[in-house]
Amino acid sequence: MKSLINKNILILFLGPSLAVLIVFFFLPVLAALLLSLTDFDIYSLGNISYLRFIGFKNYNGLMNDPLFWKALKNTFYFVVVGGPLSVGVSLGAAVLLNSKFLPLKKLFRLVYFLPVVTTLVAVSVVWRYIYHPRFGLLNYFLSFLNIGPFDWLGDPALAMPSIILMAVWKNFGYNMIIFIAGLQNIPVELYESASIEGAGAWQKFKHITIPMLAPTTLFVSVITMIGYFQLFAEPYVMTQGGPLNSTLSIVLYMYQEGFRWWSIGYSTAIAFMLFAIILIGTIIQFKLQKEKYV
Amino acid sequence: MYKTKKYLIVGLAAVIGIFTFLPFLWMVSASFMPTGEANIYPPHLVPSKIDFTHYKALFTNLDLTRYLINSTVISIGVTIFSLFVNSMAGYAFAKFRFAKRKTLFNFLLSSMIIPAQVTMLPVFLMLKKMGLINTYFAIIIPGMASIFGIFLIRQYALSIPDSLIEAARMDGASEFLIYRKIILPLCKPILVTLGLFTFMGTWNDFLWPLIVMTDSSMYTMPVALANLMGEHVQDTELMMAGSVLTVIPVLIVFLALQKYYMQGILMGSVKE
Repeated sequence: MKSLINKNILILFLGPSLAVLIVFFFLPVLAALLLSLTDFDIYSLGNISYLRFIGFKNYNGLMNDPLFWKALKNTFYFVVVGGPLSVGVSLGAAVLLNSKFLPLKKLFRLVYFLPVVTTLVAVSVVWRYIYHPRFGLLNYFLSFLNIGPFDWLGDPALAMPSIILMAVWKNFGYNMIIFIAGLQNIPVELYESASIEGAGAWQKFKHITIPMLAPTTLFVSVITMIGYFQLFAEPYVMTQGGPLNSTLSIVLYMYQEGFRWWSIGYSTAIAFMLFAIILIGTIIQFKLQKEKYV
Repeated sequence: MYKTKKYLIVGLAAVIGIFTFLPFLWMVSASFMPTGEANIYPPHLVPSKIDFTHYKALFTNLDLTRYLINSTVISIGVTIFSLFVNSMAGYAFAKFRFAKRKTLFNFLLSSMIIPAQVTMLPVFLMLKKMGLINTYFAIIIPGMASIFGIFLIRQYALSIPDSLIEAARMDGASEFLIYRKIILPLCKPILVTLGLFTFMGTWNDFLWPLIVMTDSSMYTMPVALANLMGEHVQDTELMMAGSVLTVIPVLIVFLALQKYYMQGILMGSVKE
C-alpha cells in the first residue's frame, strides 16, 4: 500500500490551479446566482446601496420578455437545424476521406480542417462580404444557375440560415477528425462479411457504420450542441442580431443587457437560463441515445 | 464501375475542398485589390494589380501594430502560465495519492458543463474592483487554469510508469525536482498540444476580450477587427487585409504543429 502524498506538496501542485478556478470560476458561478436574484443595474454599479434582493423577479421578467423568447427561438433554430447539419456534414466528409478510392487524403483533410483553426471574427467578416446582395460571391455563383439574387443577411427569413451555413463551413472539420478516428476503429471484417452476404454500400453504412459509431456520434452531438447554444460572434459581426432581431442569440442578448445597458441582475438571469438549457439538452441527448442503442 | 466510383469520390472531395477553400482565397485576393475593386459586378476573383495600400493603411493609420502586440503578449502569456499551472495539477491528479482525489476530479469534469458566460459579469465586476480592466492581466489571470487542460495532462501522465517516480523518490529527489526533471520532459508532446490549443484559443477568443478591453489601445486583433467593421464596412479591401493579418499568425502556428493539434482533438474525445 503506497502512502498518501504529503499535504504541503499537494498544496504546491494543486494550489495554483484550484485557487484560480475557485476565484475565477466557482465563486463567480455562485455570485452570478445571487446577482440574478437582485436588481443590480447601472445605479447600483455607482452606489451599491441601491442594490435590492428581488427573488425570482428577473426570471419572471424573462418569461414575459418577448425579446428573450425571440433570442431563445433563434438560438434553438440555430442549434436544432445547424447542429445535426454540422454533424451530418462531418460524418459525410469523414466517410469520404476514409474511402480507399481517395488519393491525397492528407491534403484534403488539411483543407477541410482549415476553417476550424481560423479566427471566427475574421471569417465572419469575410462571409459578410460573400453574402453581399450585390457584389457577393454567393449570389454571383448562384446567378449561373439562374437563382437569386438574395439579400442573405438582410432578409429576416434568410439571415439565420446564412449564419448556419457559415457555421457548418467553419466547424465540420473538427468533428470530421473525431469521426475519421471512429471509422478507423471499426473492424474491417464486419464490412467484409457483409459484402460476402451481398450487402450494398448504403446497407453497410446503415447497419455497420452508424451503430458502430454511436458512442462517437453521441460525444460529437453533445459538444456541438453545447458550442452552438453559445452562438455569439457570428451574429455580433455579421448582423448585430438583426434584421428584425432574427439572429439575436441568447448570448448576444445577455451581452447587450449586461455589458451595454448594465442590467447586471437581468443579464446573469439570462446566463443561468442558458446554463439550464444546456444542461437539459445534454441530459436529453444522453437519454435519446440510450433508448436507441442500448 | 470501379473507375466511375473513384472519379465520383475524387470529384465530390474536390468540390467540397473548393467550397471550403474559396472564402480564404477570396479573402487574400481581395486584400490586394485596389480600392473599390472588390465592390464591382461581376466580382473579380483575382486582383487586376497587386496593391499593398490597405496593409499599409492598417499599420500607419489604424494602429494595427499595437493590436498585434496585444494579441501576441496575451496569447503567449496565457499559454506559458497555463501550461505551468495545468501540468502541475494534471500530474498531481494522475500520480499523487490523496483523499477524495476521484471525487474532486469528477467534480471538476462535471463542472465543465457550466458555460463560461455565467461567470462573466461577476468576474468582470471583480476585475474592475481590482483595477485590472484594460490590462493584460484581465485575460491572463482567469486563463491560467483550465479544467480541460488539467484533464488532458492527467490522461497523458497516467501512462508514465509509477516505478520511474518511485525510483527517483528513493534517490532522494524532491517532488518538484521529479516534476521538473522527469515528468515535464516525458509530457512534452501533450504540453505542445495543450500549448497549441491555448495559444490558438486565446488568439481567436472574442467575447471575453471584448468585455474586458474597453480601451481601444488594449484591443486584441479580433476585437479590433470587429470594431473596424463598424467604421469601415464599405472598405472591403481594407477589411480583408485586416482579416488576413488576424488569421495568419494562428495559421502559421497550426500548420507547423498540426500533428499535435489533431492528437489533442482525439485525446479530448476519449472518455474514461
